[in-house]
Amino acid sequence: MRALKTAILSAALALGLAGAAQASEAVHLDKQNWPHSGVFGTIDKAAAQRGFQVYKEVCSACHSMRLVPIRTLAGIGFKDDELKALAAGYEVQAGPNDAGEMFMRPGLPADRFPSPFPNDNAARAANNGALPPDLSLIAKARVGGEDYIYSFLTGFEDPAPAGVNLMPGMNYNKVFPGHQVGMPNILQPDGVTYADGTKATVEQEAKDVSTFLTFVAEPHLDERKQMGVKVILFLLVLAGLMYASKRKLWSTLH
Amino acid sequence: MAQAQASKFKNPLVNWIDSRLPIFTMLDHEYNHYPMPRNVNYLWAFGAIAGIMLVVMIATGLFLAMQYSSHTSLAFDSVERIMRDVNYGWLLRYVHANGASMFFIAVYIHMFRGLYYGSYKAPREILWILGVIIFLVMMGTAFMGYVLPWGQMSFWGATVITNLFSAFPIVGDPIVTLLWGGFSVDNPTLNRFFALHFLLPFVLLGLVILHTAALHVCGSNNPLGIEPKGPQDTVPFNPYVTLKDGFAVVVFFIVFAAFVFFMPNYMGHPDNYIPANPLVTPAHIVPEWYFLPFYAILRAIPDKLGGVIAMFGSIALLLVLPWLDTSKVRSCKFRPIYRQFFWILAIDGLVLGYAGAMPAEGSWLLIARIGTFYYFFHFLVLLPVLGKLERPLPLPNSISEAVLKGGAHAKPMEKA
Ligand code: HEC
Ligand code: HEM
Repeated sequence: MRALKTAILSAALALGLAGAAQASEAVHLDKQNWPHSGVFGTIDKAAAQRGFQVYKEVCSACHSMRLVPIRTLAGIGFKDDELKALAAGYEVQAGPNDAGEMFMRPGLPADRFPSPFPNDNAARAANNGALPPDLSLIAKARVGGEDYIYSFLTGFEDPAPAGVNLMPGMNYNKVFPGHQVGMPNILQPDGVTYADGTKATVEQEAKDVSTFLTFVAEPHLDERKQMGVKVILFLLVLAGLMYASKRKLWSTLH
Repeated sequence: MAQAQASKFKNPLVNWIDSRLPIFTMLDHEYNHYPMPRNVNYLWAFGAIAGIMLVVMIATGLFLAMQYSSHTSLAFDSVERIMRDVNYGWLLRYVHANGASMFFIAVYIHMFRGLYYGSYKAPREILWILGVIIFLVMMGTAFMGYVLPWGQMSFWGATVITNLFSAFPIVGDPIVTLLWGGFSVDNPTLNRFFALHFLLPFVLLGLVILHTAALHVCGSNNPLGIEPKGPQDTVPFNPYVTLKDGFAVVVFFIVFAAFVFFMPNYMGHPDNYIPANPLVTPAHIVPEWYFLPFYAILRAIPDKLGGVIAMFGSIALLLVLPWLDTSKVRSCKFRPIYRQFFWILAIDGLVLGYAGAMPAEGSWLLIARIGTFYYFFHFLVLLPVLGKLERPLPLPNSISEAVLKGGAHAKPMEKA
């Protein structure tokens, strides 16, 4: 068993290296208590639904979410008819028809969220040259994940701290690398009116939209953890049985 | 002789096959009765664990390949489709991605086990060399696999690593062009990497079969590093070692599952969730963690060609390890001085790994340089010299004696 311990210890050390790879890039983030973190944590569906409202009413003016089919929202509690109605609110291009022409039709739940701009150049042109990144995976594409997004959205400072020379069209942000960002401070108190009556402070909106973006980046998060608990319990029982029978067998040796 | 061989199996079908193609006799011989030293510890399970990981990788990889598109305009999105839309696609991908890391963990432990107990010494040189070749092919496979999702780290990692070959005079540039299939990392590169990434695991499988064949010629080493003298020193592989290895595999899988289900992206880099963009260079280009010590060696040498040679040299060195170590005593248990240096080497590896993750400047660069120097010093100077100077502890007469009486009885050993 000592050898096994050594092995586990060395594995743990090796894994420390993986962490080291990220440590070099750390910034100070405003860490939140997320209901979806930890072994048993699941996505807070009400928060994610509010977050979707923020995305739809605020962020989607500039940011696409091109990898996410609308039906994905079933995972945060949207019913079939709600999904159909929601999808129908979007126009998507289809075709060509019999006359060989492309046409617009109402969206279906299987369609992906349409993008606000036809291409990156158009997006840049509308944003002072800065490209608003696609948000489908943003929660997994930044060191710090949802904590980074929350800190980014609540980290704008206007006016910028003394001594900082902002370039034209740029805004000051505490956590964005280099601190000068092309995105405006977009979240405002009561910038959205939540259907469930939650008070829409900037922090609340940021937290909700970060929860939503975590969900769209990892739509199977809840399913994954639930399966994990079962798999590990099974393996623990199996390991116990294996160890007991191994002990019994080896004890017959002299 | 047009007559089938006589076989001994009860099942007539098995018998019929076996008398024409004796695979069952072979399996029975190699995996049922194969004598294992009775004193092997759990570190001897990591070969079996590595073998199972190879099977896991091939199985998950096959199903991923059915859904993956190796065109630069589709690769990233096809991986996301697997994650979102394919039934249990997220499970397949996370098992495969974390499996690569777990495979390396198993193999690194397996190799350090060999270093500690002197398993590379005569008569196991070819077994060891096959191991080193396996390690090299594994690194190639993992590197190309990481390119496939075509994220930022895929693209820039591929660019940095393939560019290394350009350091070689004359042949350098043609090699790079050949790797790229053009003049930059692009669609032809991705296509050939996919083809090779599909092929190499089967090459590995073949190498592993050779590795095991070589193992079964001389038998397993053991913590005492002395050969078994007879049946009292061994146990039949089945059921003794099958059960013991089986338990170790399950424990290993618990750790594996913890990663897959609860922190599947811990060992990856967030930048690889950003689609590849040749126009935007990431702030730090870091390889996967299992390459970090070698990456540190590469960057420790101020000259590009020198760095590449040092990096490849650090692995090539292992090929001649059996002849660098001049001590006749295998196990570190009986080498009080070498044992200390073994642990220093292990720490050196970790330090190099850490330095590989840091920007190559200031004190980290200095640390990487010291670590690199020490790595080569260990193998090229310490090992050959120590074998001549060190006075080993007395070896026990036999495994069973040491096991049953706590190793107290031992005959004095002359300076080896
Ligand atoms: C007026 C257009 C606009 C709106 C509305 C907008 N953004 Fe942005 N966003 C941008 C631009 C432009 C960038 C790129 C900034 C840069 O790279 O300098 C950006 C960047 C980002 C980033 C990436 C920061 C980084 O680390 O690279 C995140 C995350 C983000 N936005 C989230 C949001 C969220 C969430 C919302 C809705 C609450 C939102 N944005 C609303 C324009 C917008
Ligand atoms: C795909 C990767 C590999 C697989 C599947 C594999 C498999 C195995 C297996 C099943 C054994 C017997 C069990 C054991 O003793 O642990 C073994 C033994 C051994 N392997 Fe490997 N191996 C791999 C890589 C390596 C590497 C990279 C090295 C060294 C560079 C290596 C060196 C050895 C040695 C020296 C032994 C004999 C150990 C002893 O008896 O003490 N192997 N291997």
